[in-house]
Amino acid sequence: MILRPFFSSTARSWQSPFAELDRMRRDLSRLLEEYPSEAELPSGVFPLTNITEDKDCFYLHAELPGVRKEDIEISITGNSLSLSGERKISPEDEKAKYLRRERESGKFRRMIKLPSMIEVEKVEARTENGVLTIILPKAEAAKPKQIAIKAA
Amino acid sequence: MAENVAQDIQVKQKQEVSPTAEHAQTSVIYTPLVDIFENDKELTVLADMPGVKPEDLKIDLRDDVLTLVGDEAHSEKEDERYLVREYGSGRYYRQFTLSDKIDQGKIEASLSDGVLRLTLPKAEAAKPRQITVKAG
Repeated sequence: MILRPFFSSTARSWQSPFAELDRMRRDLSRLLEEYPSEAELPSGVFPLTNITEDKDCFYLHAELPGVRKEDIEISITGNSLSLSGERKISPEDEKAKYLRRERESGKFRRMIKLPSMIEVEKVEARTENGVLTIILPKAEAAKPKQIAIKAA
Repeated sequence: MAENVAQDIQVKQKQEVSPTAEHAQTSVIYTPLVDIFENDKELTVLADMPGVKPEDLKIDLRDDVLTLVGDEAHSEKEDERYLVREYGSGRYYRQFTLSDKIDQGKIEASLSDGVLRLTLPKAEAAKPRQITVKAG
């Protein structure tokens, strides 16, 4: 145990215990910011996407309610995918009185890095109930392979 | 209320649905974003419910309380695993109290591209009727 002189400058923090608490809280929140515990990591760019995989394909899902498929543009260069488009909300009756207006319209553009090389020619996309799904078949080289051991 | 003062729709507190009474896997409940507007004739509700199939959407109007419940379809296959998960899926739930009387028989609902469009025609207000008294 270290005994400090009662009036030394290092002991000053004892005079306001809340300052110490405050510092701890700051450190902790900084730590939490650096290491989010949740598996969900929103990028802050519309639209939010989920990426899944099975042994043959990657699947990219994005919720795009009210976006028509003509208004979605997908392009792939190397292993980065660009998803852009516009969400249009058609104007309603001018005389209508709005009680709630939460839905937003506008353009969006997002670049997504794909986890590995894919077969660009075989990519498929579809929309279903406002959810966009892009099926990205993995390139042969990226697929897991069973290696049989030969008997000597 | 006796007088029809407020024209606004009041949002009810979002309530957790007890998972035991529902599908076992449904645990997360989301509030769908809505646009609501009205004119003299009708009230229109637009709600974003991506991932909900028409058959999984329930609309209920009872005692001026409108309830929207939609379950998102699970499309994942068994051997599919998540690499990135920015949004979750589960159930959409929202409830509104309507201040106008609605003509229940003429309600129309359609779901396209994950957006619900619900048209609620206002019931004709009870019009004062002139009653002529005939001379006997």
